[in-house]
Amino acid sequence: MKTVNIMIVGVGGQGTLLASKLLGKILLTKGYDVKVSEVHGMSQRGGSVVTYVRYGDKVYSPIIDKGEADIILSFEMLEAARWVEYLKEDGIIITNTQQTNPMPVITGAAVYPEKLDEKIKAAGVKADCFDALSLAEQAGSSKAVNIVLLGRLSNYFDFTEGEWIEAIESSVPEKFLEINKKAFYLGRNFKGED
Amino acid sequence: MKKLMLGNEAFARGLYEAGCSFVSSYPGTPSTEITEYAAKYPEIYAEWAPNEKVAMESAFGASLSGKRSFCGMKHVGLNVAADPLFTIAYTGVNAGMVIAVADDAGMHSSQNEQDSRNYARAAKIPMLEPSDSSETLKFVKAAYDLSEKFDTPVIVKMCTRVAHSQSVIETSDREDIPDKPYEKTPSKYIMMPSNAKGRHPVVEQRLKDLAEFAETSDFNKIEEGSDKSIGIITASTSYEYVKEVCGDTYPVLKLGMTYPMPEKLIKDFAASVDKVIVIEELDPFIETFCRNIGIDVTGKDKFTGIGEFSQRYIAEQLGKELPQYKSIDENIPNRPPVMCAGCPHRGLFYTLKKNKVNVLGDIGCYTLGAVPPLAALDTTICMGASISGLHGFNKLSEENSKKSVAVIGDSTFMHSGITGLVNIAYNESNSTVIILDNSITGMTGHQQNPTTGYNLKGDPCTKIDLEALCKSIGINRVVVVDPYDLKACDKALKEELAADEPSVIISRRPCALLKYVKHNGPISCDEGKCIGCKSCMRVGCPAISIANGKAVIDNTLCTGCGVCSQLCPAGALGE
Repeated sequence: MKTVNIMIVGVGGQGTLLASKLLGKILLTKGYDVKVSEVHGMSQRGGSVVTYVRYGDKVYSPIIDKGEADIILSFEMLEAARWVEYLKEDGIIITNTQQTNPMPVITGAAVYPEKLDEKIKAAGVKADCFDALSLAEQAGSSKAVNIVLLGRLSNYFDFTEGEWIEAIESSVPEKFLEINKKAFYLGRNFKGED
Repeated sequence: MKKLMLGNEAFARGLYEAGCSFVSSYPGTPSTEITEYAAKYPEIYAEWAPNEKVAMESAFGASLSGKRSFCGMKHVGLNVAADPLFTIAYTGVNAGMVIAVADDAGMHSSQNEQDSRNYARAAKIPMLEPSDSSETLKFVKAAYDLSEKFDTPVIVKMCTRVAHSQSVIETSDREDIPDKPYEKTPSKYIMMPSNAKGRHPVVEQRLKDLAEFAETSDFNKIEEGSDKSIGIITASTSYEYVKEVCGDTYPVLKLGMTYPMPEKLIKDFAASVDKVIVIEELDPFIETFCRNIGIDVTGKDKFTGIGEFSQRYIAEQLGKELPQYKSIDENIPNRPPVMCAGCPHRGLFYTLKKNKVNVLGDIGCYTLGAVPPLAALDTTICMGASISGLHGFNKLSEENSKKSVAVIGDSTFMHSGITGLVNIAYNESNSTVIILDNSITGMTGHQQNPTTGYNLKGDPCTKIDLEALCKSIGINRVVVVDPYDLKACDKALKEELAADEPSVIISRRPCALLKYVKHNGPISCDEGKCIGCKSCMRVGCPAISIANGKAVIDNTLCTGCGVCSQLCPAGALGE
């Protein structure tokens, strides 16, 4: 099979690494060759973060470049726009519509662009934009936004619900398990515009 | 058993399986996790040393005592450890000794992008370069055998994309390695000139033997290709990009051992193809070797020595078709990393900016004090350079002494700030040094250090007393301030700059991200009182923004540190 490329993008501190960890775990049990690449250190301090997940029969490069991603899972609207060129022409971007102002916007040196979801769609990009933050709050914690997004992403794979839940159970501490399971189902079963 | 492992975790697994029992390192992105994962194995003693030189010397001592040992560091850390490195090359080892150095092409988290392969050549030490996690595990284990067989330390070179990528590995059991007896051997271990003169020819012969070994070693491999118009020589992560783009089209010589290199293997490979292209990140290391043995290659004239590669870049340079993509016509603001909400450095940097002082900076989270709106840094060079630099900046200028400071974190001060402070005391410059004591090594992801009172395993241990240390060095004026208290910071700064002798200000408060740190409830903005003056915006806190002319606090980020409240002239920001 051809290598499948998934990018997980967001803001440092949003929990993007847990999402890639869970995904990698499931893909490995399925017998795929898998590579997951992330950047640590300086870029974690509230900066723009990106994780690459690649799987197939044989994966070489650990990273994904412009025009290569089948799916981009974005935790924040501006980050979706930042990485949109990394999507294949027929790829899909799944994004949380939450907006987090970067420092240049906070200080007034730059402006947060308006209606990014509409602009992305107007460019002919297939986009699944939804408010993952409210679903996370509905599940019981704004911090579960990563699992809501993972739930949404799960619709694009043919793994069973049980396989996803098993991966969550083996990676999330016991006391947050119920909230995370709820968050997963809210994301997975959300009826979007498509 | 098959597992998905980070390159650095696979490195630690390699240490474990090879029977390594002593690990001493200093944290540095992208090398840190090797030592953190190694510490999880009960069979391995692992520690954070105060700096890379101490780590390497300790690992050498452990090797001398007969234990397989390891030290790990980032590329710039190898500069610090270069002194022992060049002489351990002469002495050789007793039990196997492996050194990890992790380069950071692309400078994701570093102040330069030096190519550490040059150290292997300069110090005459063999270097292995794995290109994924599975190879990392395999190479680390083989490195110990190489170290003992050729009586040399061995460097395993990582890079960001190998260290911080997870790929599939297969684990096996730990080898049972008996300790090697230590025997006093003055001619081998006492490197005074008469003995060192005897050792240098040994080193040169060893290099020849290693080069011979490299000819047939399976670290280096040729992968056949159908189109022999081009042959590619490559190593490390560049190999992965080449295979991604070219598959099995062109023959590829992958060098897993990049020093010393196999002359005959390279010549034979070159003879089997029409044209040789060398694809390597940063310096023309392999390329220069090829030219020296008379092979004309395409290298840095086509593939840049700046930054990191990707499959797209390789494809573009080889003239291949590139994937198409859709764009939006929009100006996307950057999202640079920032000091976290509640960061104790913020109040101190605000004070420095307000007092318009020159600030000689150092390496750590506080480098983020350089970005607007704080923009309160003048220099960042290397670990410890703030203090020694300040001494030179001030010594011949009374004017500078009255308006300049050095800022350095607790861990960086322990690493190489102390000697700079000794110089200030001994050679009497009227300098003001600020130690930003946040009780942890922050930027690399919360490692313990000699000032925290805990060791790598998390057990309580001796805690270095910063005040007593500074006083014992000969600094009479040592004051401690809470960086959340802006008035106290301002007073201390003004007093110490005015004083006629050197001083140390310890700005002390634990990192806001530490789990044991309890936060106050978030600050709230009384919209009725807020006059929209934006005074609170001057500290660059990610939890504060302005909407409809009024300050808005992000409750999910705010830790209630209260620094912004002290800036509000209208008393609108309170608990």
